[in-house]
This record gives sequence, C-alpha cells and structure tokens, in this order.
Amino acid sequence: MQAELIDIRNHLAQHAPFDEMAEEMLDKVVSSIEISYFRAGTPILEFGQRNTWLFYVRSGAVEIYRRSGELYSRMGEGEFFGQFGLMMHKTVRFPAKAIEDCLIYRIPDTVFQYLWENDENFADFADTEGRSRLRSAVSRREKSNVLMTSKVTRLISRKPVSAPCTVRLQEAARIMTDQGVSALLLMDEEGDRPKLKGIITDRDLRTRAVTEALPSETPISEIMSDDPITTRARSFIFEAMLTMLHNNIHHLPVMDNDEVRGVIALSDIAKYESQSSLYLVSNIYHQQDIKGLKKISRDVRDSFVRLVNEDANSHMIGSAMAGIGRSFTQRLLELGEEKLGPPPVPYCFMALGSMARDEQLVVTDQDNAMILDDSFNPPEHDAYFLALAKFVSDGLDACGYTYCTGDIMATNEKWRQPLKVWKSYFIDWIDNPKAEALLNSNIFFDLDGIYGRTEFAEELKILVAERASNSQRFLAMLARNALNRTPPLGFFRTFVMEEDGKQNNTFNLKRRGTAPLSDLIRVHALACGSRAQNSFNRLKAIAETKLIPDDGVGNLRDALEFISIVRIRHQALAIEAGREPDNNVRPEELSPFERSHLKDAFQVVSNAQKFLKFRYHSQVGRHG
Amino acid sequence: MADQKDPVSKSNDAWPDRFIQLAENARDPRLKVFYQAGCVAPETPLADAPLVALDFETTGLNPDQHSIVSIGLVPFSIDGIQLGRGRHWVVRPQLPLHQTSITIHGITHTDIDKAPDLSEVLEEILEAMAGRIAVVHYRSIERPFFDVALKWRLNEGINFPVIDTMAIEAHLYPNRQPTRWQKLKGMKPVSIRLADSRTRYGLPHYPPHNALIDAIATAELLQAQVRHHFSLDTAVKDLWL
Repeated sequence: MQAELIDIRNHLAQHAPFDEMAEEMLDKVVSSIEISYFRAGTPILEFGQRNTWLFYVRSGAVEIYRRSGELYSRMGEGEFFGQFGLMMHKTVRFPAKAIEDCLIYRIPDTVFQYLWENDENFADFADTEGRSRLRSAVSRREKSNVLMTSKVTRLISRKPVSAPCTVRLQEAARIMTDQGVSALLLMDEEGDRPKLKGIITDRDLRTRAVTEALPSETPISEIMSDDPITTRARSFIFEAMLTMLHNNIHHLPVMDNDEVRGVIALSDIAKYESQSSLYLVSNIYHQQDIKGLKKISRDVRDSFVRLVNEDANSHMIGSAMAGIGRSFTQRLLELGEEKLGPPPVPYCFMALGSMARDEQLVVTDQDNAMILDDSFNPPEHDAYFLALAKFVSDGLDACGYTYCTGDIMATNEKWRQPLKVWKSYFIDWIDNPKAEALLNSNIFFDLDGIYGRTEFAEELKILVAERASNSQRFLAMLARNALNRTPPLGFFRTFVMEEDGKQNNTFNLKRRGTAPLSDLIRVHALACGSRAQNSFNRLKAIAETKLIPDDGVGNLRDALEFISIVRIRHQALAIEAGREPDNNVRPEELSPFERSHLKDAFQVVSNAQKFLKFRYHSQVGRHG
Repeated sequence: MADQKDPVSKSNDAWPDRFIQLAENARDPRLKVFYQAGCVAPETPLADAPLVALDFETTGLNPDQHSIVSIGLVPFSIDGIQLGRGRHWVVRPQLPLHQTSITIHGITHTDIDKAPDLSEVLEEILEAMAGRIAVVHYRSIERPFFDVALKWRLNEGINFPVIDTMAIEAHLYPNRQPTRWQKLKGMKPVSIRLADSRTRYGLPHYPPHNALIDAIATAELLQAQVRHHFSLDTAVKDLWL
C-alpha cells in the first residue's frame, strides 16, 4: 500500500470489523479498493445481477431491500453490504439503492474470500447467516464466565459425609462436629445400595432442634428434609446456583445417577462471585424488620452490577434478581405472620410476571396475588389476609419494588381469592377468550407459588397446562396479542429504523425486544402443555415436543439471551454512572457489535412472530 | 487568478492528429513512446474513456519561477478508481524550496535531498499516463509545469488534453461572484476549489495537499460531476481542453 493512502486506511480502521484487523491485512484491503460514486436515487445492486464486490460506504447512505421490495436495512458511513451475494454464487440477493449521494469503496471478491478465511473476527461480522453470528456472540460471552463453563464436580472437595437415616439427633450432631461439615446426608440402607433419603443442616439443628428443645434421642428422620433437592454431576456451577437461589437452600447433594458424589455449599459457589447474590439472599432472612430489609435492599443494585461485570448470562442474572425479590417477599410474609399471628386458613402467596419467570431485573414493580384455602370465609378471615397483603406490599414498595400500577397485587380483593375462584378465573380466561381481557390477564400465565401452600399454585399450573393446550381459540387469541409489539428493523446512524423506513431517536428494549419474545415463547409453551415458567426452560420444553424445529428454538434462545444482555448492560451502565436505570436505549449508546447483533436478534423475533401468526392464526378460522 | 491561455486552441477534435505529429517530432524516446500510445478518440463516450487523475504539488503558481515537488496520479474510469494503481513521487526541485511550501506539502529539505530528479522517474510517469486522458483540478498547473520542467531538462516540452474539474465547476457557476446587492443580502461567492466543490457532491473530506490524495479526490469529483451533470454517453471531446 502507498503510504499516502494512510487516511483511507484510517477510515476503515475506525469501523468494525476492520478496527481489529492486522495492519498487513488492512493494507491489502486498501490496495484492492476501487472507488465508485453513486448519485442519490440510483440503484447500486439489482436482484439477480452478477456481483463480485463487497461495498463499503465511505460517505452517503444506502438502502438494502428484500427480493419482495421490503426494506431490509439502511446503511451509512463505515458499514458494508453485498456479502450475501458473494456467498451465494456471486449473484445479488438483496438489491441496494443509494438514497443519498454515495462514495463507495468496493473490495473485490478475492480479497473478501481471503479475509473470510484468514480473519475470524471479520468472518463472524460478515456472516451472511446473522443467526450463527448471534450464536457465536452469545457463546463467546458465556465462555468468559467460569460459573457457566465449570461443572459442579469441580467444587467437591471431599467425599460425602453421611449416616443411616435411623440415627438419633445427638449422634447426627456429633458426626457433623467430628467431620467439620455443615450438612449431613441421611441414607436409606434397606436396599442393596444406600439411597439418599434426607439431609440435615446446621440451620435445621439450630432452628428445629435447639429452638424447639427436642430431646437428643429424637429420630433424625423426624427433623430432616425428606427427598432433598439435588443437582446432577454434569450440571454447570451456575445451574447449581440457580437451584439454590430458587429454593433458598444452602446445600446441594451432587448426584451421579443414584450415587451421591458429594455436597456443595453456598459458600463454595459464593467464592466465584465476589459480591454474592447468594449472600444477599441469606442476609435477607436475618433482617428483623422492614427497616432492616430496606437498608439491605440498597445492595441489590450492587449485586446486579457485579453479576453483569462478571459476564453472567441473563438467565443467571434474571434468576438471581428474582431470587432476591422472592426472598424479600418471603421474609416480609414471615414478619407479617409474626406481627398478625398465624393465618386463619392455609394460603399461598404467588408471584406473577417476571419474578415468576425468574427474569427479574432492577427496574421492576411488584406483581403478586394470594390463593386462599377453599375454606376461606371472607367476613371471618379476609381482614387478616388484607392486612398481611398490605404489610407485604408496603414492605416491597419500601424495598424498591414499587406498587403495581395495574393493581395486580394481593391487596386487590379480586386477586385475593380461594383456590376454587382462581380456578374459575383461569377456566374463564381459557374457555371464553377475549382479546382485550387476555391482554390484562397475560401476566397470570406466568405464576409461581413462593410462600405457604405452594401446591395451590402448582394446581393452577397443572390446570393451565392441560386446558390451554386444548383450547385453540385461546391460543389463537394469545398469539394475536403476542404480535402487538414488534421489534425495530435495525439501526441507521444514530436512529432506530422501523420497517416502514421511519427513524426514531430511542427505543424501549423491553417493549420492543424481550417482552415480544417472552410473549411468543409463552404461547408455544402453553400450546405444548408445559408447566415451565422461565422462558429458557419453556424453550427447552418446546424443543422436546418438536413444536418448532430445533434450530428455531436455538435462534430464539440466542435472541432472547442477546437482547436481554444488552438491556441488562444498559441498566448496569446507568447504575454505575449514578443514573436511574431504565429500558430506553439510544442507538448511539450501542457498540457496533451490539448494533449488528441486535439487528440479527430482531430479525429472529420478527420471523418468529410471522411463524406464530401462521401457526395459530389458521386455527382461528377453523374453530372460530 | 486568471486562466492562462491554453497551449492548444485548436478544435477539440484535433488531439489524435496532434499526437501523431508530436510522436513524429519527439526526440526523447520516452516522449515518443508516450505519444505513440495515441490519444483517446474524441467521440469516445465517458463510460469507456481510460482516464488518469494527475496532481502536482509545486513551490508556487508560476511555472517559470517555481518547481514541482511531488507528483501523484491514479488511473481510473467513471466506473472505478483503482487505489492499488495509484502512484506518488517526490522529486527534487530545480529551484530552492520555500519555507512556506514546506508547511503546505509537508515535504522537507531532507525528503528533497534524497529525492530523484524528475528525469529519473519520467519514464514511469509517462507510462502511467499513456493512452489515458489526464484529469486535473485547475489546468494551469500540471500541464504548464510539466511542459516547462521538460523543456528545461530535455529541450522539448510536452502537451496533452486535460479534463479540468475546476473548469466544469466554473462552467456550472458562471455567476459565482455575488452582485453588490446579493452581497448586502449576505450571499457568499461559490467556491470552486477542490475541497469546496467536493462538498457540493456529498464527497467526504480528505486531508489536502498530498499529490496522490488530491489526484484521487479529483478523480472522485469527476465521477460525481458526470453522474450529476453529464451522461455516460457524453463524448470526451466535449470535456477535454
């Protein structure tokens, strides 16, 4: 390359993916450039035309279209196009037109192929299959977090310490002290091989044995936790973390088929996470009043930012934040019961929406409800439950979980009802679907029992799973509602591009990204009778039923992960800068990497919405 | 500055015949080869015309008093400018280098001391220009300076047609100086300098005063002018001077 061309090289070097290119390679590119001028309004590439160039926009603006004539994207200075055709028999797939006077640097196919083969970063960027590019973006990020790449077995430092489940309290305590462990596994030794039957922890000994002053001869089976929650040896550390967070447990036996390989404790995982959300959760249970809870709620955002900076994935962050929110709720219920006395009839406190889906972030209001036992008699019992609901709701608001503007809270009489009424609600929603009403009740289809008789919530989940999958009209209506919010087309300069070519300065990454995705995933999940609530888990369930082809599920997963992470990072940056986090993103705040992958992700959402429309729409015609 | 008188004021069709004559008369073999390559036919449409953008950086504006410091050129067509074929030479001026021109071109005494004389690179320059129409921005520099420099060294000058992108702009803006009345209303004169002309066509800003970059900038400007004001079928004789 002639040294005089340095300014042209510098222009390329300011734009991805040339910014990371080796100097010799970039020199080769510059020397190969052919410059062409296109006047505004003239075609640059026409469909089916032979093309052997990659087009780099030096100045001006270009529109790219689909074969149908639909706008595909708008490109400005420093962006390139034409690679689709180069990968496809050198024939133009996406026509291009100059919409402003353009100076284009053309790079010959031979150099494009050379870069494709010798520069991985370039190949990722130029990948014609945006979706595989999205895949590699997501996995590259996930690979950088040790919690997501290491198996739980790495945390096992000793053989499991166990005793027969027939031992007495005192003996169990002695073994734990001698061995220096905080949890003891209790085995059923009746069969040929010992089987895990229960677990007892330090905490159990303190809270059950000591406070209740149980005799030392009490059989351990009376106070142990039966059929403890376990994790598999193949699990990643973050999966174990999710299990602990979700269930608020501090010890997790690691199973290899039926055999216990070891036990991992909260402290083993917390080592990997400097400002552990797990510690924050256990701290919540040590608070004695709302004042204390309010004080530690200030740590929630720090914990969130830390997780983001440690490259946790969105599932992990969403679960950690939901786990924290759930813990605040649970502790408030405990404190409420201490204040108001035991409940007059059994009840279940239910989380709805993002908390139920384990997809909570830091900008969130409270969505909750109460399922009461069917023996509930309003004049006699409702004063108690209203007082309890109010106590919890006020406490949550004090801790940063603002009141729900749509009044979806247990303080609302309508959402504080016995199980049979709840069942009738769901039956009505599913059997007599009305689009408008469903928009408002959408949130109830993400539900999770978090306190008390959680089996009430399970009954509702079962009812929904069985009934929804058989009601085509309901699914069609839900699908139609899921199409109300669409993703943008992409970005152009500092604007968000809409499908009709309109440009906006800002867009809401929740309303235009994660929400449409979780909406459409919910429809498919309900259609296949899944009881899962988390979108990633729902996708797993969908994949098993083959309702959507495998790569379709993978694409949705990657899109959800990528959009969520951009949204999460946007909020973390705001917190770090001392601003109030929100969901409104300005395109200039996005890196070139984020811009191009977001466009890919939006494309996945858009295609998935088209599929949804096709998949459930036809059935409206047949049945309704 | 007033346009200097063109060395040839013959009919615009005369260039090919003129080249045959020049080839016969040329004594220096390099010049002979250059003319023998011929001149593009006058009726050639712009779309098919082989072009070469040419830019000289000089120590001043008067060919009889000032010298060439550097030469940049790039062969091109209206369709494409091939950067890889761009060339750039620093040449040793016959006359002393003024401090002011150092600050303009960034070419220093040290560069100059190591640089060859124009006669040493003449063959390469003429080879690159042969068979192509030269495109310059302001025709009173490259052709007259080249002519004087060769007369000085070879005792014979050089002549060739040029397309002048500045003359095209001048033609487009005949009334570029506002009247007194317009001046009162705040109207500014239209500049036909290279950078200002480029801006009118949406062409990017390039750092000025490097002969190769200026040659590329001139080539891009002609592409833009053709796309806006002429057609690809316009004959070259309508533009060359």
